Amino acid sequence: MTRAQTQAVADVVLEEGAGGTGRRYVFSGDWRHRTAEAMAAKLNRLAKPSRDHDEFDLSAVTAMDTAGAWIIRRFLNGSGGEVRFAGGGERYVELVQAMPAELPLPERDTRRHPLFQRLFAPIGELTVSIWTDTFAAMFILGSAVRGAQMKLGRHAGVSPAAIVHQIDRMGVMAVPIITLMSFLIGAIIAQQGAFQLRAFGAEIFVVDLVGILQLREIGVLLTAIMIAGRSGSAITAEIGSMKMREEVDALKVMGLSPVGVLVFPRLVALTIVLPLLTILANFAALAGAALVAWTYSDITFATFLSRLQESIDFSTVAAGMIKAPFMALIIGVVAAVEGLKVGGSAESLGRHVTSSVVKSIFVVILIDGLFAMFYAAIDF
Amino acid sequence: MVQEVMERQSDRAAERREVVLSVRDLTVGFGDNIVLDRLNLEIYRGEILGFVGASGTGKSVLMRTVLRLLPKRSGTIEILGAEYDKLGEAERIALDMRLGVLFQHGALFSALTVRENIQVPMREYLDLPQDLMDELARLKIELVGLAPEAAEKYPAELSGGMIKRAALARALALDPDLVFLDEPTSGLDPIGAAEFDELIAKLRDTLGLTVYMVTHDLDSLFSVCDRIAVLGQKRVLVSGTIEDMLACEEPWVKSYFRGKRGRAVVRA
Repeated sequence: MTRAQTQAVADVVLEEGAGGTGRRYVFSGDWRHRTAEAMAAKLNRLAKPSRDHDEFDLSAVTAMDTAGAWIIRRFLNGSGGEVRFAGGGERYVELVQAMPAELPLPERDTRRHPLFQRLFAPIGELTVSIWTDTFAAMFILGSAVRGAQMKLGRHAGVSPAAIVHQIDRMGVMAVPIITLMSFLIGAIIAQQGAFQLRAFGAEIFVVDLVGILQLREIGVLLTAIMIAGRSGSAITAEIGSMKMREEVDALKVMGLSPVGVLVFPRLVALTIVLPLLTILANFAALAGAALVAWTYSDITFATFLSRLQESIDFSTVAAGMIKAPFMALIIGVVAAVEGLKVGGSAESLGRHVTSSVVKSIFVVILIDGLFAMFYAAIDF
Repeated sequence: MVQEVMERQSDRAAERREVVLSVRDLTVGFGDNIVLDRLNLEIYRGEILGFVGASGTGKSVLMRTVLRLLPKRSGTIEILGAEYDKLGEAERIALDMRLGVLFQHGALFSALTVRENIQVPMREYLDLPQDLMDELARLKIELVGLAPEAAEKYPAELSGGMIKRAALARALALDPDLVFLDEPTSGLDPIGAAEFDELIAKLRDTLGLTVYMVTHDLDSLFSVCDRIAVLGQKRVLVSGTIEDMLACEEPWVKSYFRGKRGRAVVRA
């Protein structure tokens, strides 16, 4: 079967009728997809049927599908007059005649846009999309603040079960990875700090370095980035696929606000969970740093702790922790905005999950920078 | 001349007897639950077989097993004269190329336009130049009765009826011998469903398709199906023409074809 298909042969021969009685096109062999390209080229080279008494002979055709039939039909359409079919092969004649006489081309937008427009249209589109994104984010934030009242007619409206479930998924399950990551980060910073400060004989300052850096910046920043990748993407994918399958519309029709039902519990859970995870991350990082300080620089745990107590005060811890809820809100709101923008296709889901993670990480870093400037300005 | 006509008739008679799909003693189950028990079924070339059965009797399971999307416990499935299990890889691909499937919800690739969807099998299996593929895709779109503008649309932009037509166009991309249709008219309005039935009958006549159609649409069963098979009690209860169905005394078949809705269709 396969061999027959791969060796499929088709042919068409033009026989000039004796004494100008007309041409006769003799088709033979296998006129299917496999021979379609070669036969289309061969027919193009042949003289088009033009006179009324030209004949098509399909009796020697052994197989034909729509591809072959279409090629013959197309060839036939090029003729001026009527062409007769002669000599049998009725099934194939029927198939050729069943093909549409012409294939209308879809109408295309062929207008040429001027250079000016092509240059500036994307910038305008980007501006508008940033504006609508901000607007949507504000809407979601506002709805979340008003979350309790969004479910009209119900008593409290807040569903503790949903929030606890989300806390479990986004927080408790993230504990191992956050702890491990922060432990390693603390260890790495301490090791580099120890090596660099050794040159100045100031190895003990590695404790100040790790303590301040971790508590003010790195702890909350890396935890937020990890949560953006882990939970932000999940939020976008969940809301996006619910959007694709009209589940979001079903909620709306039931008089429930999708933001209230879907976004609010996740946003609350994130806001609770991210500060807690940051505290955990800080402890893990300091533990990692203490271990490294002890192995490389012989700083004992007691020395480490007393030095830490001297260099760190409440404002250092608070400076880091204040940022955590803001970052949680940003991750949640960006993820929800992207999730609600998902369209009908699987590709659009993937695109929005990607842009959710990229945008939330970018905005988290941006906010961290703004906080640093703000703290510097108020001498915090 | 007379001889020729007679030859053609005997040709067609011979074709009618050719078995395109034969299922023998097929058993399919999940865990302890046996869904199909030693089921037998045959489809002949050029016919439209309507397949009915109560919900949950395993119509979809049977179709998915025949298409090898589900494993079978025992039995043999012979498609187009070849038993799939005994074929080599190249022969399996060649066999796959001769089957077309219209899934219940279309299963169009959402990231591709209708034209690209139709060209997927062509691109994978055939070595055709792009302009010829474009023409063939437009030809299929024309054959299933879609507007030419639909070619560049994405599945999310199509209506339910258009999705069915586009999915049919993709199923027909390689001119299969055997086409599986899973509830092709479900979710269509009666006029759209009738048009779709006519379309299937027309394609069968012109392209010589054999059609395996799972359906609950009594109108389709009465208007286009040559033969009907009823699935129940883990096997094919009865199979035959619509007259056989109307004469059948099996309780489920009786209530299905001679119930209130069935009678309404018969009268019309």
